[in-house]
Amino acid sequence: MTQRDDFLRFKGTSGYIASPALVDAVNCAIALERPLLLKGEPGTGKTVLARHVADGLGMPMLSWHIKSTTKAGDGLYVYDTVQRLNDSRFGSGDVSDIRKYIKLGPLGQSFSSSERQVLLIDEVDKADLEFPNDLLLELDEMRFRINETDEEIRARHRPVVLITSNNEKELPDAFLRRCIFYFIDFPEPTLMRRIIDVHHPNLDATLLDQVLIKFYWLREQNDLRKKPSTSELIDWISALLRAGVSLEKLESHIPFVGALLKKEQDVDALAEHNRRDGRYPKKWEDLGPRYHQ
Amino acid sequence: MFLDFFYGLREEGVPLGIQEWRSFLVALEKGLHGASLLRFYHLGRACLIKSETYFDAYDKVFARVFRGVEGAFGDDVTEKVIDWLKDPKNFPNLTPEELAELEKLSSDELMRRFLETLAEQTERHDGGNKWVGTGGKSPYGHGGQHPTGIRVGGKSTSRSAMKVAEERLFKDYRTDATLDLRQMRVALRRLRQLTRTGRATELDLDETIDETCRNAGEIEMVFRAPRKNDVRLLLLMDVGGTMDPYFQPVSQLLTALHEERGLRDFQPYYFHNCVYDNVFTSARMYRSDTVPTADVLRRLDSRWKVVFVGDAAMHPAELFQPYGNVDPRRGAPTPGIDWLQRIARHFDRTVWLNPEKKAYWDADTTRAVRRLFPMFHLSIDGLADAVRALVGARA
Repeated sequence: MTQRDDFLRFKGTSGYIASPALVDAVNCAIALERPLLLKGEPGTGKTVLARHVADGLGMPMLSWHIKSTTKAGDGLYVYDTVQRLNDSRFGSGDVSDIRKYIKLGPLGQSFSSSERQVLLIDEVDKADLEFPNDLLLELDEMRFRINETDEEIRARHRPVVLITSNNEKELPDAFLRRCIFYFIDFPEPTLMRRIIDVHHPNLDATLLDQVLIKFYWLREQNDLRKKPSTSELIDWISALLRAGVSLEKLESHIPFVGALLKKEQDVDALAEHNRRDGRYPKKWEDLGPRYHQ
Repeated sequence: MFLDFFYGLREEGVPLGIQEWRSFLVALEKGLHGASLLRFYHLGRACLIKSETYFDAYDKVFARVFRGVEGAFGDDVTEKVIDWLKDPKNFPNLTPEELAELEKLSSDELMRRFLETLAEQTERHDGGNKWVGTGGKSPYGHGGQHPTGIRVGGKSTSRSAMKVAEERLFKDYRTDATLDLRQMRVALRRLRQLTRTGRATELDLDETIDETCRNAGEIEMVFRAPRKNDVRLLLLMDVGGTMDPYFQPVSQLLTALHEERGLRDFQPYYFHNCVYDNVFTSARMYRSDTVPTADVLRRLDSRWKVVFVGDAAMHPAELFQPYGNVDPRRGAPTPGIDWLQRIARHFDRTVWLNPEKKAYWDADTTRAVRRLFPMFHLSIDGLADAVRALVGARA
């Protein structure tokens, strides 16, 4: 058991409410030097976590936001040929040094940095289907070769790699095999209360109950195209507070539904519910056994 | 017990290889489970499971495997488990080679350590965290505590791993439908014909260098249009009736197609049994969703690739007779086979995907349809062949 405690440990920070299981998963990824893949519904705090892991570990953070056009090579380095051509034409620089025109991408920067860094690869599922596979070797061995200069960039300190995915595309098996996986489940009412408390402290408890009952009831409706998420809930509470909606009104209505539902069909479906039945749950018991408190 | 866990997960269909297993063991070796079964549960899940759709399977197997320990060994887990693990009789389904391989990985030593740390923990925290069962060196073992037990006393609010596993909170995420979706998408990826169209926005480096040289060193940038997929796809899908049993593969295909952003254009239409003079823009097939088939043919030119999805099995009259539509309100004089012929003639490349096994493709109507369209089985392989028939070189 000599191997214990010889790696950095993440313990959570005051600004991020992380479950013990999440802390364990982060530490597991650090100890095994594997990327941590974070999945979960949008709005469950995947990206924010990376920032807090970096803060908690006291490391600088680099982020690489993936777009649909991002190529794996962009993360390593880009060779700015146009600039070099231009410089050679106008004599505004020493073009014989090709290294001046090699710009390291986020992955390359984190490898060559003199201190250990946290690297966030954000929304990896936005890119092409083959994108994660193209990074396998680099993430495994933490090195790559710059073809133009025949130079090898090798990680001096293996960065702590966090990868987020919104589940838009399935990720390839070979990639998954190398990751530690954590799924950020949608917060339960108890955790949600703590989260709301961070944003809206001193909220009236009965009002908060009504708000949460309505919110979780909406999420239980299976025909919704897009379920409201935490960030929408927080916006909705802001709207309710500004407008000073009374508790009685909230018991039988869902005001400002536009803050929660973002698809026309969903708003229509709710209007349909109003016409047909019009009843909303008032107590946690109305939501079914999962929410018995 | 560990191996039982491993094979249990595999039997549940969790894609789990030696690589994940090894990283799990390394994590245990580093003591990341911290002598708590709940953390052990989370650690295992983080290392072994790579998609929330398998969380439910994990919970099931975890509950079964580690509950089995409780039943078979009572309170004296440690030594009995190690003895049990050492005994090859407990792995009747393994070949000697497999056994040797796994022995190397899940060394007894590791198991012993894991259980010892659990034991140490109770001894040290005797006051606060009493587990069910007590320590002590009885002839039955020295650990004498109960990893599946429920904590009594103490103020901790954390739940036992067993309870977490048994709640199976992730049941909702179990969607076996998504299992092969990726393979399907990979097959569809070949559905592309790259052409350079649109605005020239990409620097053509070779041409630029050539032109610059020709220009005596005066820079001459040459741009070209990026390569884009030129495939337009028309999907005609049979819904309802005999297609109902094939809901899963068909909806997978539909999902994969809808998410295939590489296509230049994609239009799905629906029909029941056979295409007649109207098709539907939605699978609900309401009257308001109808579009005349002739309109579709007029709008889409022969470059569109056509994919039919259907079992092509119907009553012969529904295909060959005028007013053959099974829904009398929608009857029309043109028999279905005429529409199919028109479609086959109108478009350059068409395929028919049949969810039924090839062995059942001998109905009269199926044979008539096969004479018009190349037919492929709706499976990963069949889909790959169909894609080849749509965009590949002509045989």
